Amino acid sequence: MIVAVASGKGGTGKTTVSTSLALVAAEKGKVCFLDCDVEEPNAHIILKPRLSGQEAVRVRVPVIEQERCTLCGRCADVCAFHALVVLPQEVMVFSPMCHGCGGCWHLCPAGAIHPGWREIGQMEEGECGKIRFVHGRLKVGEAMSPPLIRAVKQRAQAGALNIVDAPPGTSCPVVAAVEGADFCLLVTEPTPFGLHDLELAWEMVSQLGIPCGVVVNRSDGRDEPVEEFCRTRNLPLLMRLPLDRDVARGYARGIPPIAVHPAWKGHFRELLHAISERAGLKCAKS
Amino acid sequence: MREIVILSGKGGTGKTTISGSLAVLASNKVMADCDVDAANLHLLLKPVTRSSFPFYGMPKARINREKCLECYLCVFRCAFEAIEPGLVVNESRCEGCAVCYHTCPCKAVEMVEHVAGRLHISDTAYGPLVHARLGAGEDNSGKLVTAVRREARRLAEEEKKELIITDGPPGIGCPAISCLAGVDLVLVVTEPTLAAKHDLERVLDLADHFGCHAVACINKCDLEPAITQEIERLCRQRSVPVVGELPYDEKAMEATKKGQPVVELGGPLAGQITALWREVKKILGKR
Repeated sequence: MIVAVASGKGGTGKTTVSTSLALVAAEKGKVCFLDCDVEEPNAHIILKPRLSGQEAVRVRVPVIEQERCTLCGRCADVCAFHALVVLPQEVMVFSPMCHGCGGCWHLCPAGAIHPGWREIGQMEEGECGKIRFVHGRLKVGEAMSPPLIRAVKQRAQAGALNIVDAPPGTSCPVVAAVEGADFCLLVTEPTPFGLHDLELAWEMVSQLGIPCGVVVNRSDGRDEPVEEFCRTRNLPLLMRLPLDRDVARGYARGIPPIAVHPAWKGHFRELLHAISERAGLKCAKS
Repeated sequence: MREIVILSGKGGTGKTTISGSLAVLASNKVMADCDVDAANLHLLLKPVTRSSFPFYGMPKARINREKCLECYLCVFRCAFEAIEPGLVVNESRCEGCAVCYHTCPCKAVEMVEHVAGRLHISDTAYGPLVHARLGAGEDNSGKLVTAVRREARRLAEEEKKELIITDGPPGIGCPAISCLAGVDLVLVVTEPTLAAKHDLERVLDLADHFGCHAVACINKCDLEPAITQEIERLCRQRSVPVVGELPYDEKAMEATKKGQPVVELGGPLAGQITALWREVKKILGKR
């Protein structure tokens, strides 16, 4: 089973929730944690995995054989991403613009282009206690994260509870992270920003046909707008974590909230239970 | 004309809170919200829309089954597995590369315009705001960021504004990169958490990579003083000026809840943000 944790707005507590959920679930069953916020991966700061493997993730990019190239310009004409420029003496490739569609190498009339590889980031994996841990790190300056996110997700383990920590936002990297999940948790905070972006995230997840539920983080007990939102959308509000300065300070130093307040473990066990019921699948029994 | 962009790497460190206050403090400027997939600045600035138009993302392929001979060449050539076995295009996977359009032997593929979001030009009590909304789950956020910035620039020239203040997205990927081309200054908002510090380093690397000058602001600096010191040290080592250290203040949360720029509430935090803006202006003037 795959559970994705997303939010729309950044900094609402995705990583706090996903890592605590993983730690609690690992007490009872097999857990695989997939940090798909490859632009800014942070879960390792809390889970402190012992990393044992590293792998470069690559995408296709054109290689121009200048001696065969007739400078006809067809490649630049067909490239929808403006990644190729024909100069008087040569064809230049702007790799970060390239989506690897293959238009240029399929359509070059001189057969002067072949597909090569370009590294967009690294995938690292290891263990933290009983949790299998995988994350991706996008290379700085690289624009396209979805191929790296998909590579991380391919490490999901059958028979385990796979927890995907998604990036913020609602666009293609989030879709890449959330797609294929059995359930999606939407973490929000009781501010107009949090609510506004919760709505966008909910829209995106619903379009994908994934059942979801809401977690309110840093609740001050005045969460009526979020409650109202959940009620009108028929969305379950699955957990509320109170605003707590000790938890905030713990997070700052990479300590999960369940280590700061062991009593909070109960909240996460209940959350896990609610998720497995709603996802309609068997998972680590809590 | 000058342009300053506010980034953070990690989300939720206070980009929009600070942008909203700079909107109050800075004069003769255009505001731009480039966090196009989760825009929030309009919640503080209460814009009245002046004009609004569709944003076209990459076109989507469509297969005309009357012309199609079912050769499946498009299926084999599509790098994004966007053409499903029934020869139906999965729009969310289609990136608009048009490889199918170019390779189809019977010209059965059309590329259809695709509205991926909306762009708004609005008036606020603090001057014009350019903002946008990307459709849920769309790609092309970088392209929309570029469109927002282009509009902001056009508006600034038209209305003789000296400055553009851009509220940026979290992360270091496509939309963040699209915010950097040609900016005069990057203001990175961070906070004293190990996660934010980790992400700050990556944003500073990104700014370096594209040759942009960066300054930093440490928000909620008193929440974890030891990490604030680490961030100060990091900034010193990298010659990144720390232009402001803002204390944790519950007023900030209250202001956000009311949908109001925090600087309008007065108090010590407002004073610190005003000092931050003075510092940023000084650096901007020297460049």
